Amino acid sequence: MRHALSIEPTPTSRQHFADDAAAEPAPYLQISDLWKTYGDFVALRDIELSIARGEFICFLGPSGCGKTTLLRAIAGLDLQTQGTILQDGRNISTLPASSRDYGIVFQSYALFPNLTIEQNIAFGLENTGRSKAGVASRVSELLETVGLSAHGKKYPAQLSGGQQQRIALARAIAISPGLLLLDEPLSALDAKVRVHLRHEIKALQRKLGVTTIMVTHDQEEALAMADRIVVMNHGVIEQVGSPTDIYRHPETLFVADFIGETNQFPARVIGEGEVEIGHSAFCCSTEDFGAGHAATAVVRPVDIIPHGADAHAANAIDRPATPQNLIDAEVQEMEFLGMFWRTRLTAPRLGERTLVADFSVNAVRRLRIETGGAIQVEIPRERLLLYPRGA
Amino acid sequence: MNMVLEAPHLPVIGKRLRQQASRDDRIKLGFMAVIGLYLVVALGAPLFVMLSKSLSTYRFDLQAFEFQVSDETGDNWGPVVSAADLNRELQAVTEPELSSSSDGRLAATKFFPDFKFRSPVHYRIRGTTDDAAFLVGSTLEKGTGWRDYDSGTFRRVVLRPARALGFTNFTTYFSTPALAQSIYNSVLMAVISTVFTISIAFALAYGLTRSCMPLKGLFRGILTIPILVPSLLPGIALVYLFGNQGIFRDWLFGHSIYGPIGIVIGSIFFTLPHAFLIILTALSIADARHYEAAASLKASKWRTFTTVTVPGARFGIVSAAFVVFTLVITDFGLPKVIGGQYGMLAVDIYKQVIGQQNFEMGAVVSVILLVPAVLAFYVDRHMQKRQVALLSARAVPYQPKRNARTDGLCFAFACLVSLFILGMIAMCQIAAVVKFWPYDLTLTAKNFAFDLMDGGGWAAYGNSIRLALLTALFGSVVVFAGAYMVEKADGFRLGRGVFHFLAMMPMAVPGMVLGLAYIFFFNNPANPLHPIYGTMAILVVSTVTHFYTVAHLTALTALKQMDPEFESVAASLKQPFHRLFFRVTVPVCLPAILNIAIYLFVNAMTTVSAVVFLYSTDTKLASVAVLNMDDAGDIAPAAAMGMMIFYTNVAAKLVHALIARGLLARTQAWR
Repeated sequence: MRHALSIEPTPTSRQHFADDAAAEPAPYLQISDLWKTYGDFVALRDIELSIARGEFICFLGPSGCGKTTLLRAIAGLDLQTQGTILQDGRNISTLPASSRDYGIVFQSYALFPNLTIEQNIAFGLENTGRSKAGVASRVSELLETVGLSAHGKKYPAQLSGGQQQRIALARAIAISPGLLLLDEPLSALDAKVRVHLRHEIKALQRKLGVTTIMVTHDQEEALAMADRIVVMNHGVIEQVGSPTDIYRHPETLFVADFIGETNQFPARVIGEGEVEIGHSAFCCSTEDFGAGHAATAVVRPVDIIPHGADAHAANAIDRPATPQNLIDAEVQEMEFLGMFWRTRLTAPRLGERTLVADFSVNAVRRLRIETGGAIQVEIPRERLLLYPRGA
Repeated sequence: MNMVLEAPHLPVIGKRLRQQASRDDRIKLGFMAVIGLYLVVALGAPLFVMLSKSLSTYRFDLQAFEFQVSDETGDNWGPVVSAADLNRELQAVTEPELSSSSDGRLAATKFFPDFKFRSPVHYRIRGTTDDAAFLVGSTLEKGTGWRDYDSGTFRRVVLRPARALGFTNFTTYFSTPALAQSIYNSVLMAVISTVFTISIAFALAYGLTRSCMPLKGLFRGILTIPILVPSLLPGIALVYLFGNQGIFRDWLFGHSIYGPIGIVIGSIFFTLPHAFLIILTALSIADARHYEAAASLKASKWRTFTTVTVPGARFGIVSAAFVVFTLVITDFGLPKVIGGQYGMLAVDIYKQVIGQQNFEMGAVVSVILLVPAVLAFYVDRHMQKRQVALLSARAVPYQPKRNARTDGLCFAFACLVSLFILGMIAMCQIAAVVKFWPYDLTLTAKNFAFDLMDGGGWAAYGNSIRLALLTALFGSVVVFAGAYMVEKADGFRLGRGVFHFLAMMPMAVPGMVLGLAYIFFFNNPANPLHPIYGTMAILVVSTVTHFYTVAHLTALTALKQMDPEFESVAASLKQPFHRLFFRVTVPVCLPAILNIAIYLFVNAMTTVSAVVFLYSTDTKLASVAVLNMDDAGDIAPAAAMGMMIFYTNVAAKLVHALIARGLLARTQAWR
């Protein structure tokens, strides 16, 4: 947002989510015991979720996970089968959409094709007791907010996808809703426009302080924009947490796998802090697991640390933190992906499975990593995660 | 995650939540109820009544009546005798005479040969069952109590037949050779006409889409002309061309145009546009990549034709074939004019009802006529669904390449068919303006002096225009609002499903059947809607209903192209649905609405089948006038009136084009 904002202050605009989390005030939106079934199919299963005032929340999950269903239940567009939704202390569970307080932006934008941009934005402002001049000034204010002042007289079809998206956003926030719902708002756009709009939406949301829920299947988008991410799969919430939380401490194998990339190995816990992968023991945290338990060990490609051919050599710069987790490997394949090298490694200690590791361009140059070469890599103790097997 | 998989229990659902209805929901529900009710009254109920009528038989049950006769003093009564006993002695009424219709009446005096209406003798009559009914003058009496009449009154006692349900009417129908023969005739004519029409239509559509022949736009225009005239008109043209005084009579080698030949030629004329448009659409969606693939595989032209062109259009061809079949088998105007003694189902209905006032038998023929129409309808719907699946968004449009021989052949064929169509119209035009074709060719306007002829005169023409305008106006509103409810109202799933089904039904109901069903339903004094019988209102209702389906589908297609989230956005902005409807939905769909209006207008001008049963002396129509004048032998005036309909429809089309262009420029600037 390069333009000065002169948005009417909404009741939500003064508060900040970071403070709220500490003070634990009453949540702005509270969903409890929410189910949605279609015949025998359970689309949403026992959803419990609290959202603080001013928070930016992303519902993230693969298609069919129920994220849009949940959004539409909150909007009153598809009624849940059972469950309660409280918004700002008001029970809105069974209210019709028109009696709830939200603005919504759809993937298709749903701009009215026969109305000009100005008329589109004014659509929700007319018939609300505002004067004509009042409506006009609010519309120009909103147009300025989204940086499209010059386009007010055009029709939606004359604008680019990104511009249409911003108009849809302006129309949704025109009535100063307490809640902003975004249903995959960026997925119809080009990659570049998407990244750009990502920032604009986030900045606008910060300025307005409006509680926002965005549905997306793009993990990068969710990580970049959300205060908290709600990861969903098969109609249940897998994990709720901040982007770093979700990325660094995925609570389930699904979350680990869905967000970022993983190497997965069958493993067995052999003792306190020790797990067997392939034919040898590695150090990792084994809380929640007793000795003898089967598990799936997960490590992300980016977390694997390269150490050159002989990390124990006297001249090695960075000695491994956990020598037990240092393994000898051979580079089978290298793929240059621009920002980094993706390598496939085989290591006798890991058995048959290949290990995918991402190394920075810098590290590859410094350590002279090349296809067919030998290398030592460390799987950091705290980055080796265990999940129950069979899940 | 694993918790979910370990616990696959379904939720223990207490009370299913129900959304509180908003004001919009209540308005929509009310609105849908009104339009749903309209369709029930205008379609469902009449058809139901007709069906029950076809299964009803009426028969005088002589066991159900008992008489007693007094002596001359009027005080001493003789023995009680049943009508059956009397008839056994007297043979006053024969067995076939006992079978009757709903209007049947049997004079009680028939059983008393020595009855004198001035004698002092008194008569008593009673029923033996509660249902036994008889009329005294126009008063209906019922029941088992004795009723006493002097001879003057007894003269006016007539017995009423008892109604029974059963298939007797159908048995009677099938055992009447002339009537059963009609089924065979109708099917035969429909099959032959279908084969010819589809072949011609395919060749034309192929020429227009796969060759570089010139004047494609012109041919397209000419080929749609038959839609603008009543199906009677080709019949009249054929009479002039090949009839007893026809100039080309010799071309038939002694065969008469009255009968199968005329029916087939006329049917080709009026069904061609329908088949042509459907097949043209099917061929237009050809994917150029298939042709490139065939060419790269070195397939011959013929092989490409049989493996790419025909299969690509097969659903269109089948769909068109069923449409043509249904049109021919249910058409009434053409065989009425040119069919001669060749019995056809649709004409049978007309003859049974108008000619013999045998409504039950008319209902039976209607039910029989429903069978092929309903069958064709379902096959067609099935085909259309599959046709859609063929469309691929990534198809590359086919661009024909120049080929002198193919282009020339296609052009020649299109010229030939155009000549056929224009020739028929020209024949009627000439017949309308000359004194006596082909003997006296001086120009005259006397054939347009409709007021001097039977059929309704210029008033009928005025009525037709009124009917067409009202149908276009009222129909567009009802159809569009109904389609909107089906497509855009959320919730009321069952209601919307039923509504959609009702909206699709008229396609399967031939006009004659609808008209007859209306008689049964509306011409019943017990029906509160009886007052609209014989008015313009019933003509408008029947015409809107008759052509409902195509209009409904047009509206539905337009509405489906709108973003389904418009309603959600409007609700989130707290705007009532009608504001969205009038500011966005209607303007965006305006082209479709105009198309619906002109479709209804043109069809209201040309239709004969439903309205022929429903018009009254005050509401005679131009299309019916063509029929009646032709029937009365005033063929030239009939042709003249047919041409008036044609001019009107051409003018309406032009006005439609102008309005559409003007309105689009103003309201569709965004396109």
